[in-house]
Amino acid sequence: MSTFPISIPRPVHPTGIWGWFTTVDHKRIGILYGVTAFIMFLTGGVEAILMRVQLAGPELDIVSAAVFNQLFTMHGTTMIFLAVMPLSAAFFNFIIPLQIGARDVAFPRLNAFSYWTFLAGALMLKLSWIGGATDAGWFGYAPLTSVAQNPGTGIDFWIISLQILGIASLAASFNFIVTVINMRAPGMTMMRLPLFTWMSFITAILLVLAFPVITVALIELTFDRYFMFNFFNVANGGSVVLWQHLFWVFGHPEVYILILPAMGIVSEVLPVFSKKPLFGYKTVVLAGIIIAFMGWMVWSHHMFTVGLGAVANAVFTVTTMLIAVPTGIKVFNWLGTIWGGSIRFTTPMLFSIGFIAMFLMGGISGVMHAVSPSDAQQQDTYFIPAHLHYVLFGGAIMGILSGIFYWFPKYSGKMYSERQGKISFWLIMIGQNVTFFPMHFVGLDGMPRRIYTYADNMGWNFWNGVTTGGAFILVLGFLLVLDNIGRHWKNGEPAPSDPWDARTLEWSIPSPPPEYNFKEIPIVRSLDDWWATKQGGANKEVPASGGSEENGHDIHLPQPSYWPFVSAAGLLIAAYGVVFNDLLIPWGLAAIGLTIGFVGVYAWSLEPVNDPEEEDSTH
Amino acid sequence: MAQEHAAPIHGKDEGTTTGLSHRKMLMWAFLGSDCMFFGSLIATYLVYQGKSLEGPLPIDVFDIPVTSISTFVLLMSSMSMVLAYSALTKNNMKGFRIWLISTAIMGATFIGFQVYEFSSFANHHVEIDCVSPGELTKYEQHIFDDGCSSGEAHAESHEGLKPQTNLFGTTFYTLTGFHGAHVTLGIVWLLSLLLLSFKKGVITPEKNLDVDLAALYWHFVDVVWIVIFTVVYLFGVFPGF
Repeated sequence: MSTFPISIPRPVHPTGIWGWFTTVDHKRIGILYGVTAFIMFLTGGVEAILMRVQLAGPELDIVSAAVFNQLFTMHGTTMIFLAVMPLSAAFFNFIIPLQIGARDVAFPRLNAFSYWTFLAGALMLKLSWIGGATDAGWFGYAPLTSVAQNPGTGIDFWIISLQILGIASLAASFNFIVTVINMRAPGMTMMRLPLFTWMSFITAILLVLAFPVITVALIELTFDRYFMFNFFNVANGGSVVLWQHLFWVFGHPEVYILILPAMGIVSEVLPVFSKKPLFGYKTVVLAGIIIAFMGWMVWSHHMFTVGLGAVANAVFTVTTMLIAVPTGIKVFNWLGTIWGGSIRFTTPMLFSIGFIAMFLMGGISGVMHAVSPSDAQQQDTYFIPAHLHYVLFGGAIMGILSGIFYWFPKYSGKMYSERQGKISFWLIMIGQNVTFFPMHFVGLDGMPRRIYTYADNMGWNFWNGVTTGGAFILVLGFLLVLDNIGRHWKNGEPAPSDPWDARTLEWSIPSPPPEYNFKEIPIVRSLDDWWATKQGGANKEVPASGGSEENGHDIHLPQPSYWPFVSAAGLLIAAYGVVFNDLLIPWGLAAIGLTIGFVGVYAWSLEPVNDPEEEDSTH
Repeated sequence: MAQEHAAPIHGKDEGTTTGLSHRKMLMWAFLGSDCMFFGSLIATYLVYQGKSLEGPLPIDVFDIPVTSISTFVLLMSSMSMVLAYSALTKNNMKGFRIWLISTAIMGATFIGFQVYEFSSFANHHVEIDCVSPGELTKYEQHIFDDGCSSGEAHAESHEGLKPQTNLFGTTFYTLTGFHGAHVTLGIVWLLSLLLLSFKKGVITPEKNLDVDLAALYWHFVDVVWIVIFTVVYLFGVFPGF
């Protein structure tokens, strides 16, 4: 403790609730991420249901127009930033170190900081319902977000919580980039990385480069709102289109940030349940890299109707159509993987196959409005929510559900009910098509998105009713998933270490993995090394699954720490201080929060990763 | 063999896959991210270049010789940072501390110049002799037209350049302000290292990663300034660019 400036004793292997506050174990942080994000997903679902109830018939008056605006804005923001991204992050945390044969991530405390910061941002955003949430749409177009148009605190909460979530995502991404590059087990070359790790790695790189752009856009908006700067002030020559450019330069890579991890999960699940290696491993990796690269060249297809001119629209039409090519390559590789395999239709396999079908449909409607003249008809109609729900629900969420069931035995140590899983799959599969497919019809029929009601004589009544009905089928499906997970996590059959006869390293250790993951760091000799080991092809003995607790004591693990939590708490206080900057002393609360955050970061950077004395005394 | 590779938890370089330390790689990833941050701010500046509806404009406020001096000081601070690191690796702790302080002082000098510059821009005032106005910029012409129309001897304006004044003010103060914040953070970092260097065994010729990382950051912030100085100051004043 001699190098430690502040004399608060360091948490030493705490148990119970404190253990969760100070943990730096990537598996526990992964579970925290997963549980929090799933709860957030449910809140976003409630927002969606309220909207669907309001739109079930014409001229209903269940929620007001003002509340409806808040509902669709919060639904979009929640699902993207608080559900899909952190659900992917939950898998990054839990699975990546296991897949590359590491004992933790490169920066365990930074990892804890990422989670607590994410939680701070999530709470701040959701609590903004008290007093009126943001209502400018999830992409917050200027000048809807200006003080003149929108004087309440809803927009401020939205801005500041997105900044906090950005810090969380950036910290996590730096961590995973370094972890994947620098913590691979011996022999685990980049081209032997499991596909999920590869896609997550690409996602982290995208995040690191895309998030600063939205950070700057939000800073500019903040300065406009708080200090009367002119960035988006048309009266002084500012351009509202600049916001759109900055937002979508971030926003389109963000789309791939959402979908690539799901693609990675599917690329893990299909080979395992087809008993075949992934068809064209290198091609799938390369296609992922090309998607990430080209993701930067298509942002203006969100702006075809802004009036950027024929040349810009033509260029972005072409690049957008081109990006369908690497995506198509992936689809064919997945089909090639299951082709001729001995397929087991387990729940994760069903979700993965469902992913391919639904994502393909979303992809095709995407190519439809890649054609800018066609997009002029579809822009701002229900056709767009139809498309984006096919790729984000049918794509990202289906992929994540596949992962939730696939790795359930690993993270819970239990088996789920296969029967219940299959029923929930069919409910969700049918439910989403009943919900989202009719949106194509009403969209092409001219029904604008983001309207709180519609007239009786528009001819939209029937399909809107169907859509609302479908939403309730989805509710049923998700309740079943929730029950399946919750009940079996507690009382399920104990899971063996490798229930699926799988291919990657995480299945070579017990379920759930011991704190130190690998008793001995594995030596990797081929792609799908665990599979090769089981076949005896790698010419080495099959290690006994992991080790017993007693054997783990000489393995040095990173120690728990208070400081990531303290730093994140400081950030949350500072964030509230920015929104309520005239409370008592102007900017006083923000200054207090920043000071706490600064003390936290300072103490953290001076705290050694491990105290040698402490480590010795626990033996 | 396997046990050696369990070492990354302790952050030892030889235990990592690439042989590079985790923290150095993190720093590079952060700098890549920061490139996009400044890239977006510079892009915003360029999009709004020449779009201000009223003055003052770059040509009215910029004083290239003064900013050249502060730019020179900042660039020299990069050199003293290199010398500090070099002294450390040669186990010359005294030299290390001297060069580290010099770096921080030069950084602080740069910030001092920036504070001076900001306040002089904000208080920029123009006085024009209505009889023989000489060569006028567009902004001064505007003041001349407004103030000399009814036979006065002088026309003047005390408006100054504030972030709220026009798009130039908005984008200029935001871009250079965030750069200044980066430099300020760097100074705090350097001074923290200086304090730490008096503790035994924290910074040694072998344990130089902390200094190495601070140096990386410092050089990056300097490079960003070269871009800002060129794009904002030089392009703003010399129309030939």
